[in-house]
Amino acid sequence: MADTAVGAGPDHHAAGDDPNRRDFIHIAASVAALGAVGALAWPFIDQMNPAGDTLALASIEFDLSKVVEGQQVTLKFRGKPLFVRHRTSAEIAAAIKDDHASMRDPQTDEVRHKPGKAEWLILLGSCTHLGCVPTFGGGEYGGWFCPCHGSVYDTSGRIRKGPAPKNLEVPEYAFLSETKVKVG
Amino acid sequence: MLRKGIALAALGLAFLAAPALANTNALPPKEAHWSDSGPFGKFDQAQLQRGYKVYREVCSACHSMNLMYFRNLGQPGGPFYEEKYKNPNDNPYVKSIAKDYQVDDIDSETGDVVKRAATSADAFPAPFPNEAAARASNGGALPPDLSVIIKAREEGQEYVYSILTGFGAAPPAGLKIEAGKYYNPYFPGGVIGMTPPLAADKVTFDDGTKSTVDQQAKDVVAFLTWASDPKAQERKQFGLGAMIYLLIFSGLLYASYRRIWRNVAH
Amino acid sequence: MSGHSTYEPKSGFERWLDERLPILRWSADHMMSFPTPKNLNYWWTFGAILAMCLGVQIVTGIILAMHYVPHESLAFNSVERIMRDVNYGWLIRYLHANGASMFFIAVYIHMFRGLYYGSYKAPREVLWILGCIIFFLMIATAFMGYVLPWGQMSFHGAVVITNLIGSLPIIGKPVTTWLWGGFAVGGATLNRFFSLHYLLPFMIAGVVGLHIWALHVPGNNNPTGVNVKSKEDTVPFHPYYTVKDGFAMSVFLIMFAVFVFYFPNVLGHADNYVPANPLVTPAHIVPEWYLLPFYAILRAVPDKLIGVLLMFGAIAALFILPWLDTSRVRSMRYRPTAKLYFMIFVLACIVLGFCGAHPPDQQVINGFATFQLLDSDLNTWVWLSRIGTLYYFAFFFFILPLLGLTETPLPTPESISEPVLSNSANAPAGAAASPEKRG
Repeated sequence: MADTAVGAGPDHHAAGDDPNRRDFIHIAASVAALGAVGALAWPFIDQMNPAGDTLALASIEFDLSKVVEGQQVTLKFRGKPLFVRHRTSAEIAAAIKDDHASMRDPQTDEVRHKPGKAEWLILLGSCTHLGCVPTFGGGEYGGWFCPCHGSVYDTSGRIRKGPAPKNLEVPEYAFLSETKVKVG
Repeated sequence: MLRKGIALAALGLAFLAAPALANTNALPPKEAHWSDSGPFGKFDQAQLQRGYKVYREVCSACHSMNLMYFRNLGQPGGPFYEEKYKNPNDNPYVKSIAKDYQVDDIDSETGDVVKRAATSADAFPAPFPNEAAARASNGGALPPDLSVIIKAREEGQEYVYSILTGFGAAPPAGLKIEAGKYYNPYFPGGVIGMTPPLAADKVTFDDGTKSTVDQQAKDVVAFLTWASDPKAQERKQFGLGAMIYLLIFSGLLYASYRRIWRNVAH
Repeated sequence: MSGHSTYEPKSGFERWLDERLPILRWSADHMMSFPTPKNLNYWWTFGAILAMCLGVQIVTGIILAMHYVPHESLAFNSVERIMRDVNYGWLIRYLHANGASMFFIAVYIHMFRGLYYGSYKAPREVLWILGCIIFFLMIATAFMGYVLPWGQMSFHGAVVITNLIGSLPIIGKPVTTWLWGGFAVGGATLNRFFSLHYLLPFMIAGVVGLHIWALHVPGNNNPTGVNVKSKEDTVPFHPYYTVKDGFAMSVFLIMFAVFVFYFPNVLGHADNYVPANPLVTPAHIVPEWYLLPFYAILRAVPDKLIGVLLMFGAIAALFILPWLDTSRVRSMRYRPTAKLYFMIFVLACIVLGFCGAHPPDQQVINGFATFQLLDSDLNTWVWLSRIGTLYYFAFFFFILPLLGLTETPLPTPESISEPVLSNSANAPAGAAASPEKRG
């Protein structure tokens, strides 16, 4: 930028002019202009990030007491379905039995629920393949089945068959009391 | 040439300010000092907390603030902001304030409208379900929403402060005040439907500040000013950086301009 | 003026590209080496400032459209949500709202400059008319943009302005209903105004392209109004005018920033922070400041149709200005009488602005009653706006046509370089020159 600024036109600088000092002022002005553009770019990019009201809804609290054994409740969490499943002992046993089977994304059932709360499985209901919503009770592993491209998850939400690369995601959550969880 | 330009710009600015002159028969609002005024002004957080208390215990009986959410109280610059709680949803003060309110919700099993405790993501509940109900309870007058009231009135801070402290004078002869109406010389027309809202010691300030009508009015105006433009402080800080930057940048460009043009007679 | 190209491809790739799409040659000829009179003053920097304003409005506007909801019951709150919840939304919205005012400040200075230095005269008539089209599109865009926040002023401003069309005989009513998409300004109106408000800036950008094209055919006018005679009279646009325009833009941005960061709402109206209510009109309804002079002209006559025609006539006069001015001398620098009338014209426009801001029947000087003339006292804003309106039209239709025939202009310099040289030799400017022959 600076050398085009001095190169063009009938600009024969007078004798004794220090070319370094002359260049410096043009370089400084150009750098300042670029800096301004850079600094202003951030607000214009950041405005597309989630706004304050969206962030305010980013965590939800849920009372588990109404979910009976064998039932699944689907909530909306951050715009996506959230599965809250009250697992039966048969489902838990099936999940633990397969802990060491060959899997694409090996994980034990234990790390997918809170300690001592094996009956509560909380998952993001979004297939890790391309984001469709899997349905419960489909496929040969007793868990979820994604109708879009045939991914099959087991009763722990682990991927067992089909194109999905990962297990169903367990969101960040915590038990506030025996029956109350805060997700997000 | 440049000097002429500045003169013209000044003239232009004088002309821009002109539409502010409104034709009403109200007294001009009282002068008062506000800690947030000026390019370096800042809100006093204790005052915002007191102001919120005045709104909550007095104004909110009739005036809604539909654009305000409990979480706003805990956001940077807000009355209950604490550096520990970057996410206003986690702010314990905000949570406990919200919990005191009951808001409508839909029971997901029965579909009935039920009440539940508010969370920080909920809006301030409105005192009346709709405009007709608000008018019916206030002798036909509609208590305006206070979310942006300071921006929605000319000289908003002074105006609201003057209205709140402007009761008590005897109406001029010839002005008839009906039952349920009050005389307030700062209100256009002089007759206002609002009961004098403030009284000494009506609100007890937790920080021990003496609770006079003037103090309550100033505090609630400070709170409403913040609520009308919660990003004002952020704006002024950003502005300071921008101004310094632009001044330096203009200086550099001027120097660059002088060097490039130094050998051209013009 | 653009002459033959001086661009020489430096690399193999540039040569390859130049034979297929000479975009670099075009850029070099029009943005770098374009010969520009060397005596342009700071009034000439407003073209670049305006380009910057248009850019700012388009960029911030596209961003606002990502968050804004054009619906009766959601528009007001969505604007407030931008200011409260969207990251840096306050900055983008205040830049856009104040940017409109900055755009008009700059365009008025740019227009007065063109008027003073005779930049509308041959061979630049098309350039001037394209500028008038841009100005008209700007007014339409600004008006529709002001409706979008759906506050009290937005709504009732839209009511008042769309009702102007209703004054036209026969077609007035059906056209107004068609424009509203209903029996009054409402949700349908808001939605279509949003769509058009998004469209028009791109039309403006297109006309700006033509405007610059039309500028680059004859080249820039200059403060002397004398044609460029030789290479001595010009300098390449870059770096001479890029740096000068850049400096002026930066100074302009300082003023812009003062409004955005410290007085973001002074140019607007408090009533526009009250949500639109079709049942109550604000006590005192005024348009944004930049439309006040035209609003004053509208209200100067008691007849609705004539008022509307005069208002549009005030803009139409600009379009035919190149043929109204009969003087052969371009720059008013050498037309002392015209200069005086020009100054009064600027004053009349400012006075009309004040008239538009005040209720017509209010006294100009408080407590000073004069006498009744026709329908109202002489000391009222309506009479002042009548005087202003009269002068506005007289300037275009009597003063400029007659003055060119009767005045004796000062001698104009032989060339652009000449007054500069004689200045440095302390000789009176243009002493030896004869009046310019060709306009």
